[in-house]
Amino acid sequence: MGREPIKYIIPGIIAVALPFVLPGYYVHMLILVLLWITLATSWNLLGGYAGQVSFGHALFFGLGAYGGGLLFYFFGISTWWGMLVGPIWAVIVAIPIGLITFRLRGPYFALAMLAVAEVARIIFNSWTSFSNGAVGIMISRTWGGNKLPYYAIILAIAGLALYVTRRLVRSKFGYYFLSIREDQDAAEALGIPSTKYKLYALIPSVFFTALAGAFYMNYMAFIQPDVVFDLTDISIMMILCVMLGGAGTQWGPALGATVYVLLAECFRTIPVIKEVHLLAFAIIIIGIIMFLPDGIVGSWDKVSRCFARPKAAAAGAAGQYEPGPEAKEGLRKPEA
Amino acid sequence: MSFFEIKGLAKSFGGLMALYDINLSIEKGEIVGLIGPNGSGKTTLFNCISNFCTPDHGQILFKGQRIDGFPTHQICKMGIARTFQIVKPLKRLTVLDNVMAGAFLHTNDEKQAREKSLSVLEFCELSHRKDMLGKDLPIADKKRMEVARALASDPELLLLDETAAGLNLKEIERMLEIVMKIRQSGITCLVVEHVLKFLMGVSDRVMCINFGQEIVTGKPQEVMSHPEVIAAYLGAEYAKGRLH
Amino acid sequence: MLKVDSIDVYYGDVKALRSVSFSVQPGEVVALLGPNGAGKTTTLNAISGLLRPVKGKIYFEGQEISRTPDYAMAGLGIAHVPEGRRLFPDMTVLENLEMGSFIPEARAKRQDSLEMAFSLFPRLKERISQKAGTLSGGEAQMLAIARGLMTRPRLMLMDEPSLGLSPLLVSRLFEIIDQINREGITILLVEQNVVHALKHSSRAYIMETGSVVLKGTSEELIDNDHIKEAYLGV
Repeated sequence: MGREPIKYIIPGIIAVALPFVLPGYYVHMLILVLLWITLATSWNLLGGYAGQVSFGHALFFGLGAYGGGLLFYFFGISTWWGMLVGPIWAVIVAIPIGLITFRLRGPYFALAMLAVAEVARIIFNSWTSFSNGAVGIMISRTWGGNKLPYYAIILAIAGLALYVTRRLVRSKFGYYFLSIREDQDAAEALGIPSTKYKLYALIPSVFFTALAGAFYMNYMAFIQPDVVFDLTDISIMMILCVMLGGAGTQWGPALGATVYVLLAECFRTIPVIKEVHLLAFAIIIIGIIMFLPDGIVGSWDKVSRCFARPKAAAAGAAGQYEPGPEAKEGLRKPEA
Repeated sequence: MSFFEIKGLAKSFGGLMALYDINLSIEKGEIVGLIGPNGSGKTTLFNCISNFCTPDHGQILFKGQRIDGFPTHQICKMGIARTFQIVKPLKRLTVLDNVMAGAFLHTNDEKQAREKSLSVLEFCELSHRKDMLGKDLPIADKKRMEVARALASDPELLLLDETAAGLNLKEIERMLEIVMKIRQSGITCLVVEHVLKFLMGVSDRVMCINFGQEIVTGKPQEVMSHPEVIAAYLGAEYAKGRLH
Repeated sequence: MLKVDSIDVYYGDVKALRSVSFSVQPGEVVALLGPNGAGKTTTLNAISGLLRPVKGKIYFEGQEISRTPDYAMAGLGIAHVPEGRRLFPDMTVLENLEMGSFIPEARAKRQDSLEMAFSLFPRLKERISQKAGTLSGGEAQMLAIARGLMTRPRLMLMDEPSLGLSPLLVSRLFEIIDQINREGITILLVEQNVVHALKHSSRAYIMETGSVVLKGTSEELIDNDHIKEAYLGV
């Protein structure tokens, strides 16, 4: 364990130094990247490691954002308190939702979460006296145009999310999450209470998503239900980041998030694609499914393992193979 | 008080009576075999014991305590582990990680779980495969990993579901040796099996069921020569000693 | 009828079959035996188009089929009964059988095929409206074979049909294989159950680690020392 901290020092120094040397626009980009790293990493805990694919994580992002927003709207309290209230009430809401939806598996769970998030969006849009409705909530920014403090905060949040992920995965929790993901029935037969452990994955996942939402409230200084509870731009993009980078890996989501933010920014500046950016992302998702189903980091492991295995090397893995359609998709691999 | 007892167990699916008044008692340290034609209810019985389905009537008692209806993971915690007829490897985990998933039952410490898993892997002669992914194992190793994983949860009663199916002669012999070692370490076993070489090699007693009901229970030789067992399960060719 | 000529097949980077060659004459029952991992299922999958050989060729009735896709095989007269049966669990017995006679040549003869299937497997007729997923192992195996027969094949590939069957059913199964063969269908049989397979086939090939290591008539092989020691435990 002694060598580990060292490999983070140099990137750590760079990360801290960057905002001081880059102009404001780039710092804003970095902040977005870190925000999405947080979102992707937290989704990955529940979806990538525990295998429970949620299409409704925007619910928690929105709850986090409105945590602070509502404090300001009703009580005039600073939205920074939302950084505490947001994650807490998001987790409180998440637990009963989880207890119900975790009875569902696979696509049914995904849809249930999608439905819950959409319901929240509609409630926050329509219940004007509660949330100020579709108009949203606006505050004045604490530090005006100065981005450095915001950068520091989101850097800390992203770092914390990554750290918590690492610690969880390398513990009993991690093994149990993966077992549930791979085969829930086999896991139960090994004494793993699957609902309980799905909740253990849900809680940090929700916490960090909501924390990111609370940060968003403070940084953007303006939130609306249609933005923070959005299916496509929040829930689905979180999944895209993780798929692109590699679900169930430590750094995959972070890599995917970085690529996503940079791509989204590129698309925004190119005239034609700007209008059809969703189409561009759809094509990317199709490409991932067809060619890199394990994501960039996920496939990396596979490739390096191929070279490590002596059996494969002996068999003369050097080029020259054309697997049949079934073998390529890895769909059916008979035992014999 | 028996170590493990099933009393009057019944289970139906829709209109189909899968189990009807099953009674069985197993003493500690025994290995009991369970045979019967396909569709006789053997897998349903295992599923009832490990609560993948809930019996309609009857009781299942383990060390004097009723366990029917308890959640699956709790039954494992209480000391009953099982393997599956169609193996369920945790595909994208290594063999070692597969076994650790079982080992964590009685500890929270990763190091302890790892040590236990390594010793279980050695017991099952799978140490050389420990870093291989579950999905890449050949069938015989998958079956042994399934057993190893169950063993890592420190069971007192082990339910083996067609562990020898699909294995060739040498692999069956190796599996037999492992089960004998398991018995020696004090674990009681209930074994469902069609591969008679394996079944006869491990069982102290055998129960034969058909249509969800018991035909006969007794010493292996007795059961194999019972006329009803021959008619329903073995077939005349086997009985004449022409095969296996 | 079937000629497999020096095929190499890969699974990912691993060479699963090394220069495998054998042939099956019309009307024969040929057994393909060997331990797990030898490549028997891989061979059947290569023949029925699920995998493509990298080297070598496969011929059926004189025509090369090495690159023919799997869905075209039924039309050519080859039926594959896969390991583990692979039935359609939510469809009834009758529906599964009807799915077997999907291709035009078979559809015309569907009624005849159904009658033949039910006379071979009367148990299936009793369970005609039962969902295939609720059948027991033995019944499922019967259905899988019957479904294969519905395509009116000339060649049937069977992959470990005796897996998970009780001894009584195993005997019945091989009786049925004999009967199917008497109807004129050529059979290539992959089996773990060496004794039964040799008793009910005319010739056999033994595979180990991806190659054919031994071949001969079944009578010869039953007496072969290596077979006796490795597979019969004598």
